[in-house]
Amino acid sequence: MTARPRQRSRPAARAEAILASAVFTAIAALLVIADFLDQPFYLKLLTRALVLALAALALDLAVGIAGLVSLGHAAFLGVGAYVIGISAEHGMTNGWVQWPLAVAAAASAALVVGGLSLRTRGVQFIMITLAFGQMFFYLANSLSRYGGDDGLTIWTRSQFGTWLSLSDRRTLAWLSLSILLAAYLFLRKLRWSRFGRVLRAAKENERRMAALGFAVGRFRLVAFVISGALTGLAGVLLANLTEFVAPAYLSWHRSGELLAMVVLGGLGTLHGAVLGAFVFVLLEEVLARLTTHWALLFGPFLVLVVLAGRGGLVGLVQRIDAPR
Amino acid sequence: MTAVLLARGLAKSFGAVVAAADLDLELRANEIHAVIGPNGAGKTTLLGLLAGELRPDAGRIVLAGRDITPLPVHARAALGLGRTFQVSSVLPSFTVLENVAIAVQARAGSSFRFLRAAETDESLNGPARSSLDKVGLGALADRPASTLAHGERRLLELAMALVQRPRVLLLDEPLAGVAPAEAEQLLALLESLRSEMGILLVEHDMDAVFRLADRVTVLVHGRVIASGAPAEVRRDPAVRSAYLGEDDEGAFDDRTDQLRVTGRASFRR
Repeated sequence: MTARPRQRSRPAARAEAILASAVFTAIAALLVIADFLDQPFYLKLLTRALVLALAALALDLAVGIAGLVSLGHAAFLGVGAYVIGISAEHGMTNGWVQWPLAVAAAASAALVVGGLSLRTRGVQFIMITLAFGQMFFYLANSLSRYGGDDGLTIWTRSQFGTWLSLSDRRTLAWLSLSILLAAYLFLRKLRWSRFGRVLRAAKENERRMAALGFAVGRFRLVAFVISGALTGLAGVLLANLTEFVAPAYLSWHRSGELLAMVVLGGLGTLHGAVLGAFVFVLLEEVLARLTTHWALLFGPFLVLVVLAGRGGLVGLVQRIDAPR
Repeated sequence: MTAVLLARGLAKSFGAVVAAADLDLELRANEIHAVIGPNGAGKTTLLGLLAGELRPDAGRIVLAGRDITPLPVHARAALGLGRTFQVSSVLPSFTVLENVAIAVQARAGSSFRFLRAAETDESLNGPARSSLDKVGLGALADRPASTLAHGERRLLELAMALVQRPRVLLLDEPLAGVAPAEAEQLLALLESLRSEMGILLVEHDMDAVFRLADRVTVLVHGRVIASGAPAEVRRDPAVRSAYLGEDDEGAFDDRTDQLRVTGRASFRR
């Protein structure tokens, strides 16, 4: 045999790698610039975008790769954040304990939500994940010991010993970027692995995959749990960034925003989710300065990108790059 | 001869429509067993029941001595029940080779691997390639499955089923819509598979049925009205009247074309 068959043609794979590197290089450049100009506000804004990009990336695994449209992912973000807040409230601020605990809690939540929701399909799946999301939202509201609907201030960020201090804004920003990059590389590997191939194939033809002997539900559940765990990690970073947790973190608006970021960037592309999150957060910021009615401009923009660029921003770039 | 697949007393109704009633069927190892019957006889329902997509109202299904009645589709497939669909069911955006490699992956039982690239995995691609060569699609390995012609998709489905090394292969009208030249190739292939598995064949093409089948079962309104060697079944008066609606001698062959056409038109989901 001579030719190695691949589903991704070599040029396509290279184009993807170039675009992804461009996205991450641009983000790093923005961090350097914000740092150089000594603009803590922008550094914080960028870190916020990094954190939401991690959540969007995790959601892309569920929605774009496994075909599970979840409208309840903010719950996992919230679980991760609340574990940080609650443990800090009790004086436990050791990051080596807090972080694994938070991620494990988010993964467990995803296991329960996914295990029950995966009995349904399509629109029902969207509705039931939304319902679970709301349950977590009201649960957070009812935690009167931890601030109820006022939220909970975190007086001490996670401690990692002397060599890594999250109180330094720069450290937190670069740590967030490192985690985002690692998560991206992991998910890109996963997408083309045996496991990822089962997910992609089941999204395309579930009946065939069952007839081949794949217990499709099991693969989807594992994907959902990985997605939930990574979203929980984003929650951990968010809590450390804002030094605050509130039920609003778990609202279904947040779930919808994450979904919008993924669709905006390009479903199932992974680097698209990162790009989408940045465009979303930065554009929101810019438009909000121009006018209080920024949503009036933002809404049509989203509609335009989704309609004009099937495949989101990434699809748009690819078509400009290689016009047919 | 032992039965690899055994159905006893299967019953299934959709509202007032009886699709299977006290249905018995036995598929032996290394035989091609054809199920024929007029439209609406319950042939596709029978395949659905055997594969596990439908739950029977009553009855039992045994695969190689094991009761599989409560098992879902994927568990039955893992135990050696392969199938092709009436409307070809492949993964259109994947390459031909990857379609088969995924089937190999199902058999290899090691799909919880998260890091190594699957598409360059020779332990999957190797068996996939030889299966493609076997059905004559080797040259098309790198094409997306969506670009295949109808007959080629049928062959691809078969290549996917073959790498599962099933004990039992359920074929739902494999010849429907296949051009004569390709049909010939397909028939020869099915003939050669007889030594490796039991094949249950639902088919409207009577020439093919009587050429391939070791035994034929005739279904009408969800009931078996005759079962046996092709020659016996062909002579059976009950079959002639129920299936063909007339009893003069030459009718069977004269009507096959028409049967084939009506067979395709209905039964589509």
